[in-house]
Amino acid sequence: MTLTSADIDGMVGAALSAISSATDLDQLKEVRIEHVGDRSPIAKANQSLGQMDPSARAEFGKIVGKAKGAIVATFEARQVELEAERDARVLIEERVDVSITANRTPKGGLHPLTILTNEICDLFLGLGYRIAEGPELEAEWLNFDSLNIPADHPARTMQDTFFIEPLESHLVLRTHTSPVQMRTMLEEKPPIYVICPGRTYRADELDATHTPVFSQVEGLVIDRNITMADLKGTLDYFARSIFGPDVKTRLRPSFFPFTEPSAEVDFFFNGRWVEWGGCGMVNPKVLRAAGIDPEEFSGFAFGMGLERTLMVRHGITDMHDIVEGDIRFTQNFGSGLR
Amino acid sequence: MKIPLSWLREFAELPADCTPELIESAFVKVGFEVEEIVMQGEGLTGPLVVALVASIEELTEHKKPIRYVGLDCGDGEIRYVICGARNFAEGDLVVAALPGAILPGEFVISARETYGKTSNGMICSARELGISDDHQGIIILSPGSAKVGDDAIALLAINEMIIDVAVNPDRGYALSARGLARELALSLGVPFKDPGSIDYLAGIASTNGKIIEVVIDDPTGADYIKIASLSHVDVKAPTPLWMQRRIEKCGMRSISLAVDITNYVMLELGQPLHAFDADTIEGSLHVVRAGMTKEFVTLDGQKRSLSADSLLIADDKKALALAGTMGGLESEVRDSTVNIALEAAHFDPISIARNSRSQRLSSEASRRLERNVDPAIAAVASARATALLVELAGAQFVGESVAGAVKAKRMITFDPSAICNLIGFDYTSDQIRHALTAIGGEVEQAQAHSWNFTVPTWRPDLEVLSDLAEEVARVHGYDLIPSRLPTGKAGATLSPIQYRKRGVAQLLASLGFSEIYSYPFVSPEMVKTLGFVGPRAASFKIANPMSDEAPLLRTHLLPGLLSALQRNLSRGSKDVALFEIGSVFRDTSALSRIGIVPTSSRPSDETIKDIYNSVPAQPLFVGAVVSGSLDRKGWWGAGRSFDWSDAISMAERIVAETGNQMEIVQSDLAPWHPGRCAEIRIGGKPVAHAGELHPRVLEELGLPARSCAFAVILSELPFSPQTRAQPVLTMPAAIQDISLFVSSDVASSAVEAALREGAGELLESITLFDRYDQAGEGRISLAFTMVFRAPDRTLTADEVSAFRLAAGARATERCGAILRD
Repeated sequence: MTLTSADIDGMVGAALSAISSATDLDQLKEVRIEHVGDRSPIAKANQSLGQMDPSARAEFGKIVGKAKGAIVATFEARQVELEAERDARVLIEERVDVSITANRTPKGGLHPLTILTNEICDLFLGLGYRIAEGPELEAEWLNFDSLNIPADHPARTMQDTFFIEPLESHLVLRTHTSPVQMRTMLEEKPPIYVICPGRTYRADELDATHTPVFSQVEGLVIDRNITMADLKGTLDYFARSIFGPDVKTRLRPSFFPFTEPSAEVDFFFNGRWVEWGGCGMVNPKVLRAAGIDPEEFSGFAFGMGLERTLMVRHGITDMHDIVEGDIRFTQNFGSGLR
Repeated sequence: MKIPLSWLREFAELPADCTPELIESAFVKVGFEVEEIVMQGEGLTGPLVVALVASIEELTEHKKPIRYVGLDCGDGEIRYVICGARNFAEGDLVVAALPGAILPGEFVISARETYGKTSNGMICSARELGISDDHQGIIILSPGSAKVGDDAIALLAINEMIIDVAVNPDRGYALSARGLARELALSLGVPFKDPGSIDYLAGIASTNGKIIEVVIDDPTGADYIKIASLSHVDVKAPTPLWMQRRIEKCGMRSISLAVDITNYVMLELGQPLHAFDADTIEGSLHVVRAGMTKEFVTLDGQKRSLSADSLLIADDKKALALAGTMGGLESEVRDSTVNIALEAAHFDPISIARNSRSQRLSSEASRRLERNVDPAIAAVASARATALLVELAGAQFVGESVAGAVKAKRMITFDPSAICNLIGFDYTSDQIRHALTAIGGEVEQAQAHSWNFTVPTWRPDLEVLSDLAEEVARVHGYDLIPSRLPTGKAGATLSPIQYRKRGVAQLLASLGFSEIYSYPFVSPEMVKTLGFVGPRAASFKIANPMSDEAPLLRTHLLPGLLSALQRNLSRGSKDVALFEIGSVFRDTSALSRIGIVPTSSRPSDETIKDIYNSVPAQPLFVGAVVSGSLDRKGWWGAGRSFDWSDAISMAERIVAETGNQMEIVQSDLAPWHPGRCAEIRIGGKPVAHAGELHPRVLEELGLPARSCAFAVILSELPFSPQTRAQPVLTMPAAIQDISLFVSSDVASSAVEAALREGAGELLESITLFDRYDQAGEGRISLAFTMVFRAPDRTLTADEVSAFRLAAGARATERCGAILRD
């Protein structure tokens, strides 16, 4: 059978009619198989060109090509049209209320003490300080004696320090993280730059501002030519990083057995001076107990309570919230993502 | 210590208008914290007058006895007031607030009807006037101390700034008007007049009489003591109002003239004094240790048991006083006393601290003496008190005896440039000399780099250069010190365990767990409830716990986590998942005991090792408890409770994330459910436990059934080398399912291991997707999906089916599995 141009016209007519009567994309897909695809009449007409007399092939080829072009163009136009229609209708129908929340998994959270400790550690890592940690149950000698707190010092009474039975074990729950400083000095040669975060213990009743188990972060620097100006600059940097660039600090003379000169450091925050912690130049007696020559090296140390820092910075008014482990308190801080 | 400004003004030339702000900042600048500044008399306006009690009418028809009192206020008529106090009689001088007066607390006095009478004013107690806490009764003025109609505000010196100063433990000298005035003067840069350099005995002649001798038997207890003997003391003479008021302003009470004088001098000069009734002394006075003396009654009437090293003042026969701490009942000054032996001593501070601590008795005297008192002030204070007893109590000075000697002044040689080097500020020579002179020392500039500093007697805390540096820095102000930021060493980084802690915390927080920090204090009941045995039952005990109920240190994180879980649930939270990372304390082995290790130099390496070995290992754990669901139900549909398998997979995941290969075995460790607890082992060593908690434990703790827990010993997980990358294969995967029957006592992990082994190298993954317990005949059915993939080709159906059969054969061989198809 030989195809005529009228046959081709018929194919085009049937295809265009089918395309225009397809009302959705699924129908159009079927139309495509029937009228546009490899097994459609027009495709077969195209395939039949090879058997034609070469003289007729050129002309008839043009007719078939044109017809196919018309079908494809119409098809594509209809495709675009129906897609637009679908977008306008179906996707709108599938609309949901995105404001609905699906808390399928409870919100977890890091304790804000962890978030703050990490922040402080990272800050000092950036200054070239290592993070030193040590045991909470500690030898009395490291917690007291070696830090120039002799046996009769008031801090060593049962009112202040938790002692372990039997007393001859000479074990205490560390009252500060300073024994970690001493361990560091015994284990390493200067220069020493360390930050010592950790849990500490003092026999205070739990109330709105006190807790017998609390957290400290201490810093220790031992190097040549370290001065009180270095201490001040480090504390300024620390305070600005934690409380914001505008925070002011001040040092007040004070007394600690392990530092001389000693100071209290305060910061000015939200309109008032807040006591932050103690600091000073490492007492030469302490350096000597660690085998460091005070003629060659000097150093500074400082220590802050993390609970207090947290309370001031985040407006926590009751210590109970920090120690009780209520998930509502922790969840509020989340994972510390910034 | 509390001190009125007028007292400081006597010794420091303070500006006329001292505001509280000025005083506070001046003290703070030189290292004294100001606890509080009270403006006494603020909120009090007159008329407040001295009145004579002219008549008393007892009104008995009321619930409590009430007096209707006629007062002569010096205005020519009798005024009647209602008064509830009863500590006065006709003829007494009292303080009356008249209508129009306002007392502290905005208490307006006006004529008013009460108890059926008109009360035309009020008789005042000290507390009502805001001048002390005394509310035992109304103020009675001693006869002759005031005139009727006098302004009581001026008479009682009510208007005054009272400063409460916190004194650091190395500054005993500052617990006195003398010490605080010196500090205030040097802070403000005004002249200081030292009351310690006045000759108080000038013009006082000694009379005949008995001089009590004194001996220091134990020179470690005191290096100086002076006893002044006085006769003809009128102990019943009233304490003058000015002295009484100053004592009260310092927060102490007026007691009797002789005691008040010793207290007044202590407050003024810082030297505690003690007055003995000399007629109770047999022979001489001695500074001695208690030795065989076991008991002693102090003047508060308490029988004290003494340790052999308690420091005492005794006579030839008996103990008289707990030295520097409290006098004895038997030898105290009483109404009948006429002869007084007045003690002023420089005791050893540590001995006094021990006296005070062993007796749990902190007195005004011991507080000063244990902080070190100026050794040179004892003689001055003795003279000052003697002069006051002569002047106010009509006493005659008989004479004095002394034992020991005041320590010679010390000298420190120092290089002034070393001070600049320590502080980081270039002080001039003048600044350094000025500061060291202002604190009371003497400076001799021997050479440019070698100066001599003579230490003031009241500053035993000044020993070495750094002590002097602090003085220079504080006198010129810490504000002068510049700010310089030093940087540490390159290469600072978190340690592996620090990375691990952070990673685990972050992982659990993102999975819905909330972190807690619990107290590590545990009760024996909790240990029993949780069924801890072995190393977890052998824990350290605190000698002085916060609560006698919880004296033990935790051996595990579960006690704290479970208590926090209880608290959360009781507060109405549902779906509670908690975790904690922390150390536990286990009494694993006998620890080395260390004796006294000196601190004057670095201990030997062996001693350091002993000290380290005296401290128990404190492994680091992560623990978690869960009640409820981490996959909740809601509008989206059903949820799922967190169960034993979730707990196990959490623990497994933590261990796996550290790059460790593990083995999971059944465990019956308490407090877990003995059939639902997994123990995770690495190289045969347990590193974690996870599963459902024991139903009995949950019931005893009032926790919901099926609550779960896991604990991983983070410090026991080996650190693996860097993870090796696995090539990502891109050829198509071939999937094979395999179902098997095994005996119900065979662990699925064992079957999985056998399949894995038998399946060959091309097995990419294997997953248990079904488990059926009710297969009958004591068998269970397990179904796994195995995924195979070759790196270089598409696997044929024949190949993978052969792998599957090989896997099944291995499971049969190892676990007695029977293929189901």
